[in-house]
Amino acid sequence: MAEMTMIEAIRSTLGDALARDERVIVLGQDVGVNGGVFRATEGLQERFGEDRVVDMPLAEAVIVGSAVGLACSGMIPIPELQFLGFGSQAFHQMEGQVARYSFRSQGSYPMPMVIRAPFGGNVRTPELHSDAHEAKYVNTPGLKVVMPATARDAKGLLAEAIRDPDPVLFCEPLRGYRLIKDEVPEEDYTVPLGKARTVREGTDLVIVAYSAAVVVAERAAERAAQEGYSVGVLDLRSLVPLDVEALRDAVAACGRAVVLHEGSLSAGFGAELVATIQEEAFWTLQAPIGRVAAYDTPYPPGTVEELYVPSVDRVLDAIRAALEA
Amino acid sequence: MSAASTVEIPEPLRLLAPDGTLAEGHVPALDGDALLDAWRAMLRSRVCDERCFSLQRQGRLGTFSPVNGEEAAVVGSAWALDPARDWIVPQYRELPAMLRLGYRLAQAMQYYTGNPAGSQMDADVNVLPFQISLAAQLPHAVGLAWGLRHQGSDAVVCTYFGDGASSEGDAHEALNLAGVRRAPVVFVLKNNGWAISTPVRKQTAATSFAARAAGYGMAGELVDGNDLFAMHDACSRAVARARTGEGPTLIEARTYRMGPHNTSDDPTRYVDPVELEERRALDPVERVRRYLTAEGLIDEASEQRLVEELQAEVDAAFAEAQASPSPGSEALFDHVYARPPGRLAGQRATAAAEEAG
Repeated sequence: MAEMTMIEAIRSTLGDALARDERVIVLGQDVGVNGGVFRATEGLQERFGEDRVVDMPLAEAVIVGSAVGLACSGMIPIPELQFLGFGSQAFHQMEGQVARYSFRSQGSYPMPMVIRAPFGGNVRTPELHSDAHEAKYVNTPGLKVVMPATARDAKGLLAEAIRDPDPVLFCEPLRGYRLIKDEVPEEDYTVPLGKARTVREGTDLVIVAYSAAVVVAERAAERAAQEGYSVGVLDLRSLVPLDVEALRDAVAACGRAVVLHEGSLSAGFGAELVATIQEEAFWTLQAPIGRVAAYDTPYPPGTVEELYVPSVDRVLDAIRAALEA
Repeated sequence: MSAASTVEIPEPLRLLAPDGTLAEGHVPALDGDALLDAWRAMLRSRVCDERCFSLQRQGRLGTFSPVNGEEAAVVGSAWALDPARDWIVPQYRELPAMLRLGYRLAQAMQYYTGNPAGSQMDADVNVLPFQISLAAQLPHAVGLAWGLRHQGSDAVVCTYFGDGASSEGDAHEALNLAGVRRAPVVFVLKNNGWAISTPVRKQTAATSFAARAAGYGMAGELVDGNDLFAMHDACSRAVARARTGEGPTLIEARTYRMGPHNTSDDPTRYVDPVELEERRALDPVERVRRYLTAEGLIDEASEQRLVEELQAEVDAAFAEAQASPSPGSEALFDHVYARPPGRLAGQRATAAAEEAG
């Protein structure tokens, strides 16, 4: 098994999908000749031609909106938003159209599409390139929201998302595109949506995270271990569907939990996690659940972003607070 | 013309005068049974408008937007299509076009009475559902046309929007992409003068929407939208261009909304009655009536019989919609996902239990 970076895993999966299924079409800004600004689609246009890997005008709403029409024609579009923060320019198409087209048409027009979107902080990008907006899309019934944390999962979850008959927002941690590197099987495989991954077992507390925050959680768990605590990490992999059973079991096993994400705190996905934990595992709790998230302020300029994106230290503080409660 | 305008705006294409006479030398391509079908569709639309208004006032129908005044624009364009292969991507004021492609009147009545089945298309009916988010359908039309062509079809997609929706960003993005991809789309912009209460002069400083076509690298045509033959003629050319790979066309159908925006709207608050009377004199249905009467194809008695037949058709459709089973709580969940997240199973059960009382 070869090691791959997350970006390599995504690129190879897109190539596999284009090769396997003629209905698959990749579209977005700079995805063709340039191979994507992060090189996620590098070489694909050369291999599959301009009609299947399509450079689009700089217009997010029509990138997503034309994908709705492509799906109505029987194709499987994979539109790319260059950054999730620019998804707001297409939000009306995602929320008002993609997510509810199957419902509106009572199944006449299913929306098998995967909207790929990089996001995430601490890479010194200009404004709106880093925002973690996933909660807005979780609150959009009809969409699925998938957030891989490893290269292996990026490949398996993307392959599954492309096969899934429902529309999927596939969020890729741009900080991890090259930093996240792990063993990825060569062959075609899928990872089911809605099955969380136990990254690390722990008996004192579990950190629940997804995407690049899983890396932060692992480091915090490691540091906590040095302080004598046994801290586990649960990677949700997808927010919709949510693996409620894994969440319940992980919390029930140790009675303490910290939820962690890069998006801002209030009505962030952590709020949903805490609510679900109290519904499912209230009587097992031995301490209030810790919530570590970005502040309720806009994503800041680069010189202060490390103070904004949840750090290992902040997660450790939350772990200690929960363990000492 | 406003001083700011730098584009010379031609007069709208007109082939049938308000008095029902043809432009000199014009031989309509829409003739014979197709013409009588189109006439029937225009009258059906008017009968349907009246019936739906009455039903809404009785509390038996939900919100309804009449076609009243735009019959020639909708029917003329739809009759330029080949129902066997072409597509309609509607907004919500184009029911006669949807019916032409096989959407059923009873489904429309289901839609207007809040039954989700009203937007489920029968197999081989090339129609997308009503669109309430204005201009959002235009990117869909472009993607649909692009996808069909990509798969080797020579189908054409006809989509509709209005002067109000033309201000939306989606209209710009869709027209631009259609030009870039030479997508086989006919964009019918029905300039009916109003976006609810906002007159077209507050929608744009330009004197022509058709002139925008040049800015998107596509053909554009300004047409008398109350002229069935002009609409059919311009749209037929647009369909032929699209089918042969010459790309999209933007057609501005200059028409007039003779009724309210919808059943909740009171246009007496903002429409000048003098203007309304002037525009009523250009009524598209009356124009075709005069032509067909002069041609000896219809008379008062035959029209009376036709209207009665259409009233019965509309009443039967409404009765069929009323008779269709009223959906239960499963309708909240069905078709939201093909593979629903596990959480929805519990929510579905909760809703069913609540429904059962």
